[in-house]
Amino acid sequence: MIAALRSMGAVTLFLLKVLAACGPALRRPGLIIRQVYNSGGRSLIIIMLCGVVVGMIMGLAFSDMLARFGSESALGVAAGMALLKELGPVLTALLFAGRAGTSLASEIGLMRATDQLTAMQVMAVDPMRNVVAPRFLGGVIAMPLLVAIFNIMGLFGTQLIGVSVMGVDAGTFWSQMQNALDVGDVGEGLVKSLVFGVACTLMAVYQGYHAAPTAEGVGLATTRTVISSSVLVLLFDYMLTAAFL
Amino acid sequence: MPPVVEVRGVRYSAGSRQIFDGLDLTVRQGSITAVMGPSGTGKTTLLRLLTGQVFASAGSVQVLGQDVALLPRAELFALRRRMGMLFQNGALLTDIDVFENVAFPVREHARLPEPVLRRLVLMKLEAVGLRGAEKLMPQELSGGMARRVALARAIVMDPEVLIYDEPFVGLDPVSMGIIVQLIKRLNDALGITSIVVSHDVPEVGSIADYSYLLAGGKVIAQGTTPELNASTDPSVRQFMQGTSDGPVSFHYPADDYVGALLDASDIGRRARP
Repeated sequence: MIAALRSMGAVTLFLLKVLAACGPALRRPGLIIRQVYNSGGRSLIIIMLCGVVVGMIMGLAFSDMLARFGSESALGVAAGMALLKELGPVLTALLFAGRAGTSLASEIGLMRATDQLTAMQVMAVDPMRNVVAPRFLGGVIAMPLLVAIFNIMGLFGTQLIGVSVMGVDAGTFWSQMQNALDVGDVGEGLVKSLVFGVACTLMAVYQGYHAAPTAEGVGLATTRTVISSSVLVLLFDYMLTAAFL
Repeated sequence: MPPVVEVRGVRYSAGSRQIFDGLDLTVRQGSITAVMGPSGTGKTTLLRLLTGQVFASAGSVQVLGQDVALLPRAELFALRRRMGMLFQNGALLTDIDVFENVAFPVREHARLPEPVLRRLVLMKLEAVGLRGAEKLMPQELSGGMARRVALARAIVMDPEVLIYDEPFVGLDPVSMGIIVQLIKRLNDALGITSIVVSHDVPEVGSIADYSYLLAGGKVIAQGTTPELNASTDPSVRQFMQGTSDGPVSFHYPADDYVGALLDASDIGRRARP
């Protein structure tokens, strides 16, 4: 229990240090853009693929479920709400933790293990400003973009199966969705994606930065990144869903 | 001339292990000073003390006339800019190529027009004989080449002090000879003060103006290479000549050997599944 509190404190302190380093890092947009590509661009394929598949699953499952109540026409609403508010942010964050989080943690961990971070310090360059903050900002910027792409691919997948295979009317599908969803639902998804972006990227850079400088230490850091990010994402999701009710 | 580095009565412990217990050391300007000693005597810790990555619990560490432990962060960073350090494995940044690695400190600390920066970097790479390797990535370099690139990076800001952490470890004889010559040449040509931490006695002894021999957290001997070679102290002789027998034991402290082997009850217990 005490150990858990202590590590929460350590993570919070680390977050403050990262935020303090973000100001100076913003003056080097090149470093951040590169990290948006590393975290976001390189996760695109898996995010798009999973988005379509999740959408196709919803197309099947929701059509079947809704048909039992005679309300297949609500497929668009159901899928849209599920994606925008829950599935989009949560699944994207979990995939992000597995794809981008692990590579961030192992990259920074290896930099630590090979003295690159120490070398920077000796060259009077702060690694928090030069390594950690750009990666943190890159991840936080990439996450909402990835969530948006996931949602679009998801709706496409739902539409593909729901309309073409299960026979829901395309006009009803889109117009019902348009009528029932409002800006608030989009906003909820956006807030969640930002919070998850901070949580996942913070865990990755924290674990990487504090990895023991050995092969085992770097491996452990990547494992911890996935576990802690996943738990945090689900916990925050519950809290945010409750807050938005 | 005033000393560039002055270490007085430094004590330092890592956890419960006492690493330095009253360390005294002076480095004169323009000299090549060797710090030698068996592994585990805190040679790397000494470098961390000099660059202000760790601080002594007692005593003082003065570099270029400033007490490292008393400096605020900004001034410590300013002091570090006047020092260069060569890491054991080079510690090149693995996501950028050789040219960008050497250019890194300059890009961070100075705003130079690109053509000027390019000339500066190429000059430093030429000095270590690797101008042709500017486009290679660190992973494509051999150990000796990586260390030379790291050396070019260490001198790119024209430091007043250059610190070498075990520059000869793991190099083939040719690369080793090149590094030895480079240290000597850079020291003489650029007027840099060099501190070489190493346990490769013949290599470092051949270029050092003055050497310190560390053991047990203290300086046990100091002097020029001929003076150390002529020493009659058994620990100094053992280290300078590299014999396994002597005051420094080959064995890590352990229980009585015969007793441990003959403890039959112990064997019986472990044999059973």
